[in-house]
Amino acid sequence: MLVLGIETSTPQASVSIGSEEGVVASALAARRPNYVEFLLPAIRFCLDGAGLVYNDVEGIAVSRGPGLLTGLRVGVATAKALAQALSLPIVGMASLDLLAYEVRYSPKTICAMLDARRGEVYYAMYRTSPGGIQRMSDYSLAKPEQLALGIAARSDDVLLVGNGALLYRGIFAEADAGTEIGTVGDASPNAVALVELAAARMRRRDFDPLTGLNPMYLRRSARPIEWDRMRGRRSA
Amino acid sequence: MSDVVLTLPSVEPEEALRTDWDGDSLVLGIETSCDETSASVIKGGRRILSNVIASQSDLHSEYGGIVPEIAARAHVEALTPAIAQALVGADTTLWDLDAVGATLGPGLAGSLLIGVAEGKALAAALGIPFAGVNHLEAHLYSALLADPEARWPGVALIISGGHTLLVHVVDDGDYDLLGGTLDDAAGEAFDKVARFLGLGYPGGPEIDRLSLLGDPEAIRFPRAMLRAPGFDVSYSGLKTAVVNHVRRAEAAGEEVVVEDVAASFQRAVVDVQVAKTMAAAEHTGASRIFLCGGVAANSGLRGGLAAACAERAMDFHVPPPELCTDNAAMVGACATAMLRRGLRTPLGASPDPNLPLVSPL
Ligand SMILES: [Zn+2]
Repeated sequence: MLVLGIETSTPQASVSIGSEEGVVASALAARRPNYVEFLLPAIRFCLDGAGLVYNDVEGIAVSRGPGLLTGLRVGVATAKALAQALSLPIVGMASLDLLAYEVRYSPKTICAMLDARRGEVYYAMYRTSPGGIQRMSDYSLAKPEQLALGIAARSDDVLLVGNGALLYRGIFAEADAGTEIGTVGDASPNAVALVELAAARMRRRDFDPLTGLNPMYLRRSARPIEWDRMRGRRSA
Repeated sequence: MSDVVLTLPSVEPEEALRTDWDGDSLVLGIETSCDETSASVIKGGRRILSNVIASQSDLHSEYGGIVPEIAARAHVEALTPAIAQALVGADTTLWDLDAVGATLGPGLAGSLLIGVAEGKALAAALGIPFAGVNHLEAHLYSALLADPEARWPGVALIISGGHTLLVHVVDDGDYDLLGGTLDDAAGEAFDKVARFLGLGYPGGPEIDRLSLLGDPEAIRFPRAMLRAPGFDVSYSGLKTAVVNHVRRAEAAGEEVVVEDVAASFQRAVVDVQVAKTMAAAEHTGASRIFLCGGVAANSGLRGGLAAACAERAMDFHVPPPELCTDNAAMVGACATAMLRRGLRTPLGASPDPNLPLVSPL
């Protein structure tokens, strides 16, 4: 089943087309890409490169976060419109699952972690299981200092992976000298892993409802700025 | 399997021959520039087959204004169903569409992104042209949608919570900017005064309602710029005058009649806008006035301009209230007019929150 995947949860955006048998085309741009400028030309590039047209695609996959808000919204909106236009099933995957999946051969417990800005990280814990990974915690938001204490207190060995782990590596190393930190190559979720995982769900016909598929935010929307000093005054 | 052609310039010549943009063309319009999620199907550039508007104002009212992050989240949830509903309402399908248009700007960056992302993706997957629409230009087309007799040229007043513009509309895509606001948009002044008076959000309709119950001559608020040459207006002084008046009256122990304050404030806005619009008509020799944008729903302004036009035997075109607020029907109509002129927007385009109203190249 040929799946088109879109991953835009970090400053690295990627698009991939493939199936459980592997990737047939992929495009990636890092360093704060303009997601809305990148996506459709990148998809065009992948289709052309693999000698495909839109009608050959059999399913749409998208990373629904957690991650950078603008990227997630552009990715999910684009994916939903493609599924709507092509009448295709859609599958949303968590960005943290994709990160953990990349290091699934590690014997250690995996903590996938993405920078959430404002001094916090999104994270989830995983253990490897035959042929993949198994999530052992909720998708969560925490200060790296708190998370580091929790990890240091664990009896098992933990591999920290993702741009959050790299950004706060000093904090994690200080809390527990034995903690292993992933490489820059595994720092961002990738559409290649997305397509592989989504294709398996597609085969099981484990689809998401098109209108119910939305980004995973984990954080309440920002409070509004107090935008008028006159507010609160009432007339007689 | 059919080949889907996506490089837009290469489909252009054939497309231009095949599609009768003024006839039976079907264009999907998408509008997400602010806090309304809207989708519409427009036939031949003038006929509204459907116009679905999902308003978020309930989500924002507790904050007394629009929260950009809340707006962006709501657009992602609401747009796909709005498009589906617009297609059902028009008794058509995505595969019957000839083009997609979406608002490119001006507006809130995070809100614009959703409509542009979905509009471009739909057009790409369907292999049809995409037109990125200027929101202000789209407001002009709301006047054409409402009235089959309406034609350019004329003088248009685009007046809303974000904009106050006087434009000489020469033809499709040919606009001369005559004047604007030096500070607050008219709708912004309405909202700020309403907030000060404790009338809630959005405040414009509430001031309009109270105005009908009050005496517009009760308080003589200033008419800034009324006698100044040119077509610019200014509302920050008027807003301050309302605040000062109420505070002074309260300090002096006088009773403040909110209805009179609202009516007198609204009269001041209407007086200035009517005078400037008529001066613009005289200056350009236009015999037709178009009123559009959210504040065009204001009964005082509609009545004031209608009377001034009647006095001078000029044509006056104003859309019904549901086409004054932000809506996708006007986007679809504007997109169709662009496509008729051969304009296409590339699929790598991104929104421009500060897009000015200028003649498209
Ligand atoms: Zn508007």
